[in-house]
Amino acid sequence: MDDPIQCSTESRPSGGGAPGPGQALSMEADRCRSAYRWMVLARVLDDKLASLYRGGKIHGGVFLSRGQEALSAAIGVALQRGDIFAPLIRDTAGRLAFGETVAEALRTCLGSPLGPMRARDGNVHRGRPRDGLLPMISHLGAMIAVVNGMLLARRLQGRPGSVGAACLGDGGTSTGSFHEGINQAAIERLPLVLVIADNQYAYSTPTCRQFACQSLVDRAVGYGVQGHLADGTDLLECMRVLADAVGRARSGQGPQMVVARLLRLCGHGEHDDASYVDPALKESELGRDCLQVAEEILIGRGWATTADLAGWRHDAQAQIEAALAEVQRDPQPDPYQETWTAIASEGLRDGYPAPPA
Amino acid sequence: MSVTYLEAIRLAQARVLAEDPRVFIYGQDVGAFGGAFKATKNLAEQFPGRVIDAPISEDAIVGAAIGAAIEGLRPIVEIQFADFSMPGFNQIVNQAATLYWRTGVPCPLVIRLPSGGTSGGGPFHSQCLEALYAHMPGLLVMAPGTVEDVYSMLIEAVALDDPVIFCEHKLLYYHLKADRLPEAALPAGKARIARPGRDMTLVTYSAMVHEALAAAEELAAEGYQIEVVDLRVLKPLDTDTVMASVARTGRLLAVGEAWPWGGVTAEIVARVAAEGLHLLDAPPQRINAKDTPIPYHPNLWAAHRPTARSIAAAARRALQT
Repeated sequence: MDDPIQCSTESRPSGGGAPGPGQALSMEADRCRSAYRWMVLARVLDDKLASLYRGGKIHGGVFLSRGQEALSAAIGVALQRGDIFAPLIRDTAGRLAFGETVAEALRTCLGSPLGPMRARDGNVHRGRPRDGLLPMISHLGAMIAVVNGMLLARRLQGRPGSVGAACLGDGGTSTGSFHEGINQAAIERLPLVLVIADNQYAYSTPTCRQFACQSLVDRAVGYGVQGHLADGTDLLECMRVLADAVGRARSGQGPQMVVARLLRLCGHGEHDDASYVDPALKESELGRDCLQVAEEILIGRGWATTADLAGWRHDAQAQIEAALAEVQRDPQPDPYQETWTAIASEGLRDGYPAPPA
Repeated sequence: MSVTYLEAIRLAQARVLAEDPRVFIYGQDVGAFGGAFKATKNLAEQFPGRVIDAPISEDAIVGAAIGAAIEGLRPIVEIQFADFSMPGFNQIVNQAATLYWRTGVPCPLVIRLPSGGTSGGGPFHSQCLEALYAHMPGLLVMAPGTVEDVYSMLIEAVALDDPVIFCEHKLLYYHLKADRLPEAALPAGKARIARPGRDMTLVTYSAMVHEALAAAEELAAEGYQIEVVDLRVLKPLDTDTVMASVARTGRLLAVGEAWPWGGVTAEIVARVAAEGLHLLDAPPQRINAKDTPIPYHPNLWAAHRPTARSIAAAARRALQT
């Protein structure tokens, strides 16, 4: 996607990236470094949000992406400018890679009237529909059909070529709108990439109480769509699978379903201590922290040095602190300046009861 | 030439398809089949690729229409029966109705709901759900009761930048006729005096306009001059026209085919009581369907909803208060 953040310029594949010691980096290395930097930015932003939440600075919930950054960043970097992205609540990395700025994320979480949701909606419910970044409603399965409609519209308007990614957790696959949405996409053979983060828990409900099939990817064949499995803790695999799925969708092969297995490494929200998570899962391969795994890949393959990693983290922290300093100077929303109308049509507001004279 | 209410719906859709390249129709059986009621008959042929058959998935139908609206199109969704909008309720009220307020991006789409009872329709093919939708912020709700209105208001609905719940009445589809289609329409959001009078105001909409007019005719024989207000648009509600009528007559009976608890008639009574109690010579009244699911058998169905006779009886009681 675009270069929305400071660190992006040098991390862009096209920008060449900082060469490793004495050698030009491969395209794969460059992409991996870029994706990793979105992951770090997301992790540091999440940590800041958690800290603001604990400090009582955020109204309502805070929902973190911890453990899901590899999958999310892989989605963000697989999409292109002009594509459509309907993230789930743990897609901070993907949002940033897709073009969301740190400032607009912070503004929404802090309820700034200068943010994209103008303090009318908060936390993860943010986006810019006209830029293809959809602000989710809480009934996440319902976003699939909206992406379908956007893709259908582009086909009707003679503007094909874009891909739409809709993201759900394992819990979202139990909803009726999931079924309706993927079936609709399959019928219309839309370039939809449906990404399922099978993160083992929907709030506190384990997957054994969510579905009875062996793997959610088994459902793909039933809908007549192509299914792909990924290890959601492995950045390289996520990038490979997502790039493949997005490429297939873009080339007219119809909807793609990607199921990535991983473990949510935080509570459902910051109010939740996640004490219900099975300790054995945390010790398993699924419980690996994808950020550490990515670091091992980068170091192990000689694609980055420990100094690079530390520098990138430092850059992310500096960027977030700068954005926060700016956002904290924003005005508070003013009820007397609010239009209090949900209707766009001039003159068709139901004016009852009339405001006091 | 004579045009039915249903034909007017089809002609309005043909007109907006012809005049506005952003318009497309999406719904079950709307394509080559022409729709369950034939409201889209021949349109798929006339407008190739723009009248699209959908799977039986109201949630996804409305959701896709919302996505298309975001992309700048003007979808018309045909829900086969108003009752079947319930599986799409979430998309309508949580997605379509909140989008503009949350994001500043309008959501122009029209959801056509073939509403209301016909004899033999039973509990799941007869509902009037306008009150549910009017309750939710961010939606406009229309309920045309004449051939002229169903034509002009559908065209108007497509031109608006908001999601419009367009409640058509199935009982009017085939039997209600007009000599010609209108060339001009009332301004958006305005009620209409369907019959002037000075003794009492009947406020109603959709098919009940005709029951109310028949009741007024019956009462005219007894010497009462009854004013009938056809709301046309339920949200926004034209409170001014209602209040002005009550100021002339001093008596109010709100008539609705929907269920009694809450709803449009309750809203009318509440507004008149709150702002016009001093205009009333008698307590404001309302009459609705009975508080049960809609019965199947014609004998029960006819007794379930208000009729000219039951409206006249309720009016008579209020007139004699």
